[in-house]
Amino acid sequence: MDLLNALVAFANFVFIPAVAYGSQLALGALGVTLIYGILRFSNFAHGDTMAIGTMVTVLVTWWMQSVGISFGPLPTALLALPFGILGCMALVLVTDRMVYRFYRAQKAKPVILVIVSMGVMFIYNGLTRFIIGPDDQRFSDGERFIISARTFKEMTGLDEGLAFKTTQGITIVTAVIVVALLFWFLNRTRTGKSMRAYSDNEDLALLSGINPERVVMYTWLIVAALATVAGVLYGLDKSFKPFVYFQLLLPIFASAIVGGLGSPIGAIAGGFIIAFSEVTITYAWKKVLGYTLPESLEPDGLVQLLSTDYKFAVSFIILLIVLLFRPTGLFRGKSV
Amino acid sequence: MSAPVKNTLLFALVGLLILLTGVMQSWNSALLILNMGLVSAVMAIGVNLQWGFAGLFNVGVMGFVALGGLGAVLVSMPPVGEAWAAGGLGVLAGLLLGAGTIVAAIIAYRRLPRGRGRALAMAGILVVGFFVYRAVLDPSVEAVEAVNPAATGYLGGLGLPVLLAWPVGGLLAAGAAWLIGKTALGLRSDYLAIATLGIAEIIIAVLKNEDWLARGVKNVVGLPRPVPYEIDLQNDPGFVERAAGLGIDPVTASTLYVKVGYSILFLVVLLVLLWMAQMALKSPWGRMMRAIRDNEVAAEAMGKDVTGRHLQIFILGSAVCGLAGAMMTTLDGQLTPGTYQPLRFTFLVWVMVIVGGSGNNFGAVLGALLIWFLWVQVEPIGLFLIQVVTSGMAEDSALRLHLLDSAAHMRLLTMGVVLLVVLRFSPRGLIPEA
Repeated sequence: MDLLNALVAFANFVFIPAVAYGSQLALGALGVTLIYGILRFSNFAHGDTMAIGTMVTVLVTWWMQSVGISFGPLPTALLALPFGILGCMALVLVTDRMVYRFYRAQKAKPVILVIVSMGVMFIYNGLTRFIIGPDDQRFSDGERFIISARTFKEMTGLDEGLAFKTTQGITIVTAVIVVALLFWFLNRTRTGKSMRAYSDNEDLALLSGINPERVVMYTWLIVAALATVAGVLYGLDKSFKPFVYFQLLLPIFASAIVGGLGSPIGAIAGGFIIAFSEVTITYAWKKVLGYTLPESLEPDGLVQLLSTDYKFAVSFIILLIVLLFRPTGLFRGKSV
Repeated sequence: MSAPVKNTLLFALVGLLILLTGVMQSWNSALLILNMGLVSAVMAIGVNLQWGFAGLFNVGVMGFVALGGLGAVLVSMPPVGEAWAAGGLGVLAGLLLGAGTIVAAIIAYRRLPRGRGRALAMAGILVVGFFVYRAVLDPSVEAVEAVNPAATGYLGGLGLPVLLAWPVGGLLAAGAAWLIGKTALGLRSDYLAIATLGIAEIIIAVLKNEDWLARGVKNVVGLPRPVPYEIDLQNDPGFVERAAGLGIDPVTASTLYVKVGYSILFLVVLLVLLWMAQMALKSPWGRMMRAIRDNEVAAEAMGKDVTGRHLQIFILGSAVCGLAGAMMTTLDGQLTPGTYQPLRFTFLVWVMVIVGGSGNNFGAVLGALLIWFLWVQVEPIGLFLIQVVTSGMAEDSALRLHLLDSAAHMRLLTMGVVLLVVLRFSPRGLIPEA
């Protein structure tokens, strides 16, 4: 019984949150990794791209709520998501046209593009704050739980409750669908194949008649969709705050680099590695240990390895270890 | 127009802008802009050393600036004797144990033969070391933080004059830069960027959470000053008389006097640094740096120690940023870890360097003064513009109110546009590298 309780506590506080967070990170990291693979620079504006897409979704959600459109037990934001994606797509395409294309034509060094993306980051960040303000916004509605802690306790008779939030369920399901679609697109369609070819060897791809501008355009479209989905899922699960999205840049980059920049599978693996390490290292294990260990060994403290405020440190240290011992990442990404 | 004339005009223009602020708003705000502009100029020189001279992409400026601020607190605040008695030695012992653990792990890595044994030994050292470190540190930290938490709750500083804190802040930042450089330099440019971005966040997280060090988010306020206090000036009959002689009321006169005092101190530091950076740029060392920046492979083939030189200039640039951080904390008179944001302290400095002209020290200084002026003044200008634009709308129109509310966020947008425009149409900046 104690062991079961420990397992439930573990699932409730570590496993489920980490899977949800990992899915969000993986979606974000996929965007970073695609840009890196095709456009060949680290996009510092990615966090703010997520924020913009989410912002559009939030605004549409509010409008839908005000006119009484709802999605039953699911959050209305899911209905608004396609509009958010479209808005984000329009914005990144305009940005590419007005900003990035010039440097692509010049064949500018990657580091120049990174600095350019810093400028874009400022603009996106300013836009988000200008339109929706810098404060916390909640936009989730519908059922809060698939299983609430109390129902679980009543169902099983255990002391520990297991809460499975709707947003966590949606996150996981959506992430699976999106990733499946993405891999189908990259591996099965003509456009997807030409994107991979372009990423592998630009010159060879150009020789075989692949239109680079088309590849770049599709990349931006996909990245905008991924960023918006990741941002909305994160916002539903926690809340929408522009500054937090900017800060997500770090774990997202850590995920992409740990997996190997340019490698989609790596980005997913990296997302879960970072999420699980962050959650396990900053979780107070007292409860779980209290169930599993005999009474005499029961810990007095919280058994929290690091306080939650240091979660950045965790993703960062993993990043550093991987970079030092395996600079191309776990899945052998590319390095320019 | 020859380059020196153009550059002088550009500097004169920025001077004029600040003078205009003085005439149109108030001399206090003009001096505020000037003082922070001078501090920003020091930061920009630091970033220019790393990026302009050596091509190192450091986006962790915020972390080094914050470390400089920590230096100011650790040097100038009076020590809290009770806290030291309660757990000072325990904290020090804990920190030494933590450092010792890492050193031991590195030695194990270097000495032991490759293979699973080494990995296990390292993991063992780190895990055991971590728990020992926490076991020693935690109770002491609790004891220190329990000492009068509303007023102190930290170990305090050394109680030395605050000017001494400036070089110490630089040294702290240099020490951190050495650690970072040892591990992260040699990575590709974007990896270095991510690494420094992360380290800056971690430094801020440490400052926010380790209350025993500098009170965390409770902030350390009331740092000693290198210049007199306004209230003392106002109570000094000689000063009041002189102010009256100039026709200024004593309160305004005292605030101006204090700010001018800071301006002179900052200007001295800036001029010394600028001179040093100029000499370094013209020296063989500076030429070597630029050679390494322009072609690492060729420089290495000529026998230059690329990694070593990179480490050197990374430390130097970070130390300058730390110095600027200590100056800024002295100017504010308080350390508030909650206010350190990467957009303001890292990316804005980058905008300054790039707009001014990377690789040119004068360019960095000009960019810093100009961009800081914009950063401060865009808000009122934006508000004014929006008022003009929306003046046709109804007084209580929701859109108008929203726009007026959001005017404060114009500055980020403006900075982004300025950066992109400069990069596009004048990629070498206002004063290009010679």
